[in-house]
Amino acid sequence: MKRSAGPLRAVLPETILALVLVVAPFALPPLGFSYDLLSRVLNWGLLGLGFDILFGLTGLLSFGQAAFYGVGGFVTAYLLVSGKVASVWLALGIGTAAAGLFGLLVGWLAVRRIGIYFTMITLAFGQMAYFIENSPLSDFTGGENGIAGVPVPTLGFGEGAIPLSAGLPMYGLLAVVFLLGFALARRIVMSPVGTILLAIRENTGRVAMLGHDVPGYKLAAFVIAALYAGLAGGLLGSFQSYMPPDAFALETSGQLVVQTIVGGVGTLIGPLVGAAIWLWLRDNLQLVPGLGAFWKLILGIAFIGLVIGLRRGICGEIAHRMNRRRERAALRHEAAITEALEQSGAAVATETAKAIFASLPLAAPGGTAGEVALSVRHLSRHYGGLKAVDDVSFDIRRGTIHAVIGPNGAGKSTLFKMLLEEVSPSSGEVLLFGERLTGLGVTRAAQLGVAKSNQLNQLFPNLTVRQSLRVAALARRRGKLRLDLIRPAASLPEVEAQVDRVIDALGLHDRAETPAHILAYGEKRRLEIGMALATGPNVLLLDEPLAGMSPAERLATRDLIRAIAVSRTVVIVEHDLDAIFQLADHITVLHEGRLLAGGLPEEIARDQAVQDAYLGGLHADEPA
Amino acid sequence: MPSWATLMSQAFNGLALGTLLALVSSGLTIILGTLGVLNFAHGALFTVGAYAIFVIFQYTSSFLLALLIGSLFMLALGLLLERIIVRLFYDRPHEDQILVTYGVGIVLVEALRTGFGSHAQRVRLPSWGTGVSELGFMMYPTYRLQLIGMVAALLVTLYLVLYRTSLGLIVRAGIDNPGMVGILGIDVRRTFMIVFAVGCVAVGLAGMLYAPVVAVSPDMGASFMAQSFVVIVLGGLGSFPGAVIGGLIAGEIIAITSAFNSAYSEVMLYGVMALILVLRPQGLFGSEGRV
Repeated sequence: MKRSAGPLRAVLPETILALVLVVAPFALPPLGFSYDLLSRVLNWGLLGLGFDILFGLTGLLSFGQAAFYGVGGFVTAYLLVSGKVASVWLALGIGTAAAGLFGLLVGWLAVRRIGIYFTMITLAFGQMAYFIENSPLSDFTGGENGIAGVPVPTLGFGEGAIPLSAGLPMYGLLAVVFLLGFALARRIVMSPVGTILLAIRENTGRVAMLGHDVPGYKLAAFVIAALYAGLAGGLLGSFQSYMPPDAFALETSGQLVVQTIVGGVGTLIGPLVGAAIWLWLRDNLQLVPGLGAFWKLILGIAFIGLVIGLRRGICGEIAHRMNRRRERAALRHEAAITEALEQSGAAVATETAKAIFASLPLAAPGGTAGEVALSVRHLSRHYGGLKAVDDVSFDIRRGTIHAVIGPNGAGKSTLFKMLLEEVSPSSGEVLLFGERLTGLGVTRAAQLGVAKSNQLNQLFPNLTVRQSLRVAALARRRGKLRLDLIRPAASLPEVEAQVDRVIDALGLHDRAETPAHILAYGEKRRLEIGMALATGPNVLLLDEPLAGMSPAERLATRDLIRAIAVSRTVVIVEHDLDAIFQLADHITVLHEGRLLAGGLPEEIARDQAVQDAYLGGLHADEPA
Repeated sequence: MPSWATLMSQAFNGLALGTLLALVSSGLTIILGTLGVLNFAHGALFTVGAYAIFVIFQYTSSFLLALLIGSLFMLALGLLLERIIVRLFYDRPHEDQILVTYGVGIVLVEALRTGFGSHAQRVRLPSWGTGVSELGFMMYPTYRLQLIGMVAALLVTLYLVLYRTSLGLIVRAGIDNPGMVGILGIDVRRTFMIVFAVGCVAVGLAGMLYAPVVAVSPDMGASFMAQSFVVIVLGGLGSFPGAVIGGLIAGEIIAITSAFNSAYSEVMLYGVMALILVLRPQGLFGSEGRV
């Protein structure tokens, strides 16, 4: 990384935030911000930190955050008011943990569905929590009355304890909690987990294919958001000495979403800014004669305008404008390189590539590590009456380039998808070094050392080349799910070394910090292959790696594939038969879903049945 | 254990609520299935419908005429919303569509609040709907019986539109494969506009028919929207039969649970949704593989 990581620079946002939080209670009250208002803004901001990790970073829009806000709040308030727990701090901790547990339960159900469904389910569970609070648990929660008389926390013990009463002391407490919460959230964003969450937002399917446990990471983001919400809820009851039931209301979840959009999604600080604007307008517009009743209508119209035109929100827009000039220059530069490349078609230095791939780590082969890397046994896939693949068996020997060819509709793609468990077979099985892959799912298959580059690029458009490869390299180094939330993403030396080696081998050194969507087509293809490689697989599946490439790029990619095959097994599906006959050690021919022939390239080239299949059986009895 | 009569009357209440939920959810599901947009303004549109009948019924003595005018109003509102806002969002992420329709919902509800105040309004029963009817085995409010009949008639109409007209064919094709419909040379934009408006009329009519039985207030739609989400999760995405049967199931769950302990009626509904999510995540009538 080129970033100059001075100790001060690394904590610059926290430093600025600390200064602002210190100055705010002295500078802002004349503008209509009372201590109470500032405290409420910080409380919403704290709730928003978790929500921004869930929505801004991971892309999961929840309309049910009120549930966790409410659980944290009511558990804390009940424990304190009923006298079951004396220490406010302890009660806050228990309340936060309860919200996290509830988040684990709801999240477990919600992350099974994506997009629209996820939002609907979170909203519905938010409503469920509201009704549970309101009726069945009203003996504990006070139902519609809420819980009054929640005590404030104290600093110190016994006689000398200082109560953090409403006003400036409470503001101070919330400011410290928010600052700590912000610092933690920023660490999470910059951790390996943060990088993976970002990649999930960009292309969920590819993250799973690289070997990361996508539902697990989504659930982690969900629980983190619930914990932040629980803590904010607990503090809410404490600082207004009353826990209101409308913390649970759908309106609360909605207001959080609106504030986050207004302030800026994916900026962490955005929800706080949005809350400041929303609450200030509410408190102050209501005082304006003739306007008071309209405040929410005006905000609603403004919100629609923001979503239509300024979706980045205030903080997002400011950051975007500050970066834009610098980014534009960089983009022009990148685009110029792209254009030059598209005209010339750069080659890859094969010899260095060979050395590099040989040094990439291999997964430990499972079972009895024999000479057969991948074994396909009686594999079939039927779609109704259509037999896309019908009882196909063959072995792929370790360290070879094995090609699967066949006319259109022969079942190559379906077969390929079954090798990595993207499609589950109707019958039959696939063995990797004797270990059964079938039924394990795509993530587990990737963890065992099978990687695939796709026919259509599956990239992370807004991640740089280095970040994309890092997501890939992290998968097998860290296992399918690991919550190293405060470690910097680039702090794993073996991962970084692996990423550097792949960048060198792909010839993408000058492009390492370029976002994937700006790359030239050939470079995108190489990155697609590179991401599969960066996982350090034993078996690499290449689905039409040469598709759409210029002649020069084809040559370069062919050399690249040869270099890869020095140290690992390559299985390749390709339409370019010239390239296949030069590259492959062994060829399997499919025709109408069945195995037609298998053997050395020379044998296949002479095979009468193969020629018939490719020429549609014309030349046998008709003049071609 | 509640008496048999209570259970019976609650079953009828469940039928009334269920058919209503079915109508609300059908509107939501045809918009969702065809346009791919989850309309977060749906609850607000329900409320708009209720206020529409509240206003119009003051100027005309005929409830049916008021329903007709109200439907035309909802149609116009739907066309307008699609034309100036929703249309901008077809190519944007689902999240943006949800956000902007949520914003539309806020504006609609707040406009009603500004115009009519926050307090509850009463809509009188139509003259032919007052009193109770003797069903032989129990007495039941006449209008509620008529409500069930009218909503059922509307659902049948919607079914005929969806399954017996060329527009319906396009809508169902669009639910199956949104990309393909455009490729076939059908004017998708026009179809989208009509479907959105039809969805608005469906939910608006639900609001209008429900208005005489409840207090009309600006926030009445929110819980209906949440419940219609549950119906969609139960029934499956974009499935009209799923919306109808899911609606009836949801209505009966709420009503029958109320007969035992009204505190648990809503909780039970969401509990059943959680159960369905575990056992059959695609919903009762949904197919595997759809979002």
